[in-house]
Amino acid sequence: MLREGDYRIPSGCAISGFINKDGSRIDGSSIIQSIALMQERSNGLGGGFAAYGIYPEYKDYYALHLLFEDKISRNQVEELIKDNFYIEAEDRIPTRHVRAISKAPLLWRYFVTPRVSKIHESQETEENFMTQLVMRINAQVNGAYVVSSGKNMGAFKGVGYPEDIGEFFRLDEYQAYSWIAHGRFPTNTPGWWGGAHPFTLLDWSVVHNGEVSSYGANRRFLEMYDYKITLQTDTEVIAYAVDLLVRRHKLPLELAARVLAAPFWQEIDRLPARERDLYTRLRVVYGSLLLNGPFSIIVGFSGGIMALNDRLKLRPLVAASKGNTLYVASEEAAIREICPEVEEVWYPRGGEPVIGRLEEEAQCRLSA
Amino acid sequence: MEVVNARGLSYQALNETVRSLLDNGHRELVLKGVNGQRYIGAGVQGQGRLEIFGVPGNNLAALMDGLEIEVFGNVQDGVGNTMNDGTVIIHGHATDIAGYSMRGGRIFIRGNVGYRVGIHMKAFRNKNPLIVIGGKAGDFFGEYMAGGTLVLLGLDLQPGEAIVGNFVATGMHGGEIFIRGQVDPYRLGKEVKAIKPTAADQQRLQDIVGDFARYFDLEAEKILARPFIKLIPYNKRPYGTMYAY
Repeated sequence: MLREGDYRIPSGCAISGFINKDGSRIDGSSIIQSIALMQERSNGLGGGFAAYGIYPEYKDYYALHLLFEDKISRNQVEELIKDNFYIEAEDRIPTRHVRAISKAPLLWRYFVTPRVSKIHESQETEENFMTQLVMRINAQVNGAYVVSSGKNMGAFKGVGYPEDIGEFFRLDEYQAYSWIAHGRFPTNTPGWWGGAHPFTLLDWSVVHNGEVSSYGANRRFLEMYDYKITLQTDTEVIAYAVDLLVRRHKLPLELAARVLAAPFWQEIDRLPARERDLYTRLRVVYGSLLLNGPFSIIVGFSGGIMALNDRLKLRPLVAASKGNTLYVASEEAAIREICPEVEEVWYPRGGEPVIGRLEEEAQCRLSA
Repeated sequence: MEVVNARGLSYQALNETVRSLLDNGHRELVLKGVNGQRYIGAGVQGQGRLEIFGVPGNNLAALMDGLEIEVFGNVQDGVGNTMNDGTVIIHGHATDIAGYSMRGGRIFIRGNVGYRVGIHMKAFRNKNPLIVIGGKAGDFFGEYMAGGTLVLLGLDLQPGEAIVGNFVATGMHGGEIFIRGQVDPYRLGKEVKAIKPTAADQQRLQDIVGDFARYFDLEAEKILARPFIKLIPYNKRPYGTMYAY
């Protein structure tokens, strides 16, 4: 099979997501309805979802969602997992028959916790140990691919229209406090199950409309920090960039957004001295993580979502709110489809992040 | 007056219904429950009036040639894309590239607009497209504008809120932009200069704002009480020498 990057098709795409900031969990049928409204933005070659808060019974274990193209790759990965982890539970990811979805790979999930001795051996933090294992599977096991690897979250993706993928993965049977979704119209690269959005690492997930023209520069920078870029789709670098900036370098998410969509130098020149200094330093240190090219993205993470446009705003993005829920989508209609009476609608400026987080009380309750 | 319930209809089905009703002599249609259906009124020639309730999808009134459309809600990207004639009245907001390549007709928007509004508008002989915006506009307002008229009113701005974003009229080489109030010089593209409107301009603004006020039930005198600036291009061919050595 020809994979991403082996040949080029020239993308529209659809993104949608929401978070219930009070932590109330709802099933996947409304996110499916929202993304399905924008069907013209997809072409059936990729759809996917990420959901947070879906595995409360295993919330302390990493939920590894995996896809295997054959049994050999599954055996190889299971050996790796057994070597490195204690497995609390494993099963096939439940699916149902959907006519439009043909030839799905093997889809498995494992709820695991890393063996302490193995973490010590690696002389890394637990999270770095996890990311290295994910990279190792993606890079070294032919035919296996980690779909998601966070706690109390999961990604579900494949080749098809997003509403069919949602039906296939029985998302109506999961309860989440935040959902993000993607409908794909691959333009630069062919569609395959691993190449559908979201792209994930630990509990980060990214859905993306657009293209990262700076992919080469971003990739070289991330490789210096041990990220293995294996999936040949530009969105992958966004997930790793957020992981590096926020988890490893401890930047606030708001500032990480200003790295990915940096203010123009002219804009920085007009800022008061302290801010000018801050943004100058950010651009100097992280210039290679500036995402050039048109994009709108939604980043999902434990306890929140963030939507962001490129600084020239070359892709659509609308935000809305009602009560405790924040919505973001490519089109206003996709929000109104599931929340006709929104209280507020706004259009974020290019480079201006829209962030929704669980309220503190809900955060405590969900992690207790 | 014919009422069409658009709820759940695909854009193809909705537009076929609209077209066949118009073809069969109905002159006034009310579309209810519209949500995201694209291309409404696209390419339709001749007279008639559509009232739309809800949020119509992208490219409303694209290539439209004569209809009047009134939207009681917000619209999405690309309203009036390459529109040739007719009128679009929007009671809510519009997003990016409203009036993209528009070459005739008029768009009146009560609320705010997104990025690149009026991009590459053009005028030809008796065709002079017009967009009037009640609120504020995003970056690249009037980008690459080649002809026609943009009017930005900045009603209901919050204190300290800018009426327009950055890179205003970048690459503009024809047409005119009227902005009510002042714009910081750093926001202007280097291809344009701000001048004082002439007496003839004032007369036209009175007519334009008069229409706007009538559509949205506002007082034209109050709007006109604040002075406008006019942006015009320095040069008809700003990039004429760019690749010529």
